[in-house]
Amino acid sequence: MRSSVQPPALHGEGRERGKRKKRRRFLGLPDFAMVAFRFHQYQVVGRALPSPTDEHPRIYRMKLWTTNEVRAKSKFWYFLRKLKKVKKSNGQVLAINEIFERKPTKIKNYGIWLRYQSRTGYHNMYKEFRDTALNGAVEHMYNEMASRHRVRYHCIQIIKTATIPAKLCKRESTKQFHNSKIKFPLVFKKVRPPSRKLKTTYKASRPNLFM
Amino acid sequence: MPFKRYVEIGRVALVNYGKDYGRLVVIVDVVDQNRALVDAPDVVRGQMNFKRLSLTDIKIDIPRLPKKKTLIAAMEAADVKNKWENSSWGRKLIVQKRRAALNDFDRFKVMLARIKRGGAIQQELAKLKKQNAS
Repeated sequence: MRSSVQPPALHGEGRERGKRKKRRRFLGLPDFAMVAFRFHQYQVVGRALPSPTDEHPRIYRMKLWTTNEVRAKSKFWYFLRKLKKVKKSNGQVLAINEIFERKPTKIKNYGIWLRYQSRTGYHNMYKEFRDTALNGAVEHMYNEMASRHRVRYHCIQIIKTATIPAKLCKRESTKQFHNSKIKFPLVFKKVRPPSRKLKTTYKASRPNLFM
Repeated sequence: MPFKRYVEIGRVALVNYGKDYGRLVVIVDVVDQNRALVDAPDVVRGQMNFKRLSLTDIKIDIPRLPKKKTLIAAMEAADVKNKWENSSWGRKLIVQKRRAALNDFDRFKVMLARIKRGGAIQQELAKLKKQNAS
């Protein structure tokens, strides 16, 4: 079973809930922000179909990260099948809502607990990311798992996500940014044409890389 | 050569790629190694990759994550707009914009002006040559 160590502060929840929640909170995302998140967070609520033996089956809710709603429902049944004796054929999805970031202009430290399948077996992992939005952190996580561990999307299961207050962050790479007087130079200036249209194969002179 | 322009809270940067190309923004916080939280008076605060930013020499004095009002007040106090427009970098950009916005008649006028200027320079040069020769 999943480890049930709860970090003290946060919005992350376990994967099952007995109550049905239907809250729609849509926030317009700012222009600057990566509006095109690859992964969207969905809340899927479902239960087994009512039957003569069980008039009011228990309702379960899951939060998932997928690219679209259709996949979210599919993933919901995938997980629910593994946890309870219910399948898509004898169950129903009661609600599926997209969850948007509450404060997309605030930088947060996200901790993500995941379970992934490597070439030799399953492992648990905890990763920390700094980002303004949870969807961004999740996307970052998938990219990082693919690059560092060669693990693809379908081999990763997100156990839990949480916003971690700065004191409780464990990784040095996130803790180094917890500095109110942060200051560092950009060492290497990548010379880029201002749009891809102006890209040329040959240049007249060598670039100056000093910032 | 030590570095002079640092990524820090209050650093003014120019966006050099993307939708907000040419806009001056202020770095308000650092998300991580590659991204900064960036803000400008007429734009919603958001994150931007450092690859899209060119740091300038201008730095304003703001607390971390200031409110929009504080940011605007600090930018006024540091006179960012004037400093930018008087800096050689800023002036060059203004000239570039101006040149890009010329219509054909303007370009004709520019051509005449250049010929005229060239003529004046040549006259002075000829005078100086005659002086030297004599």
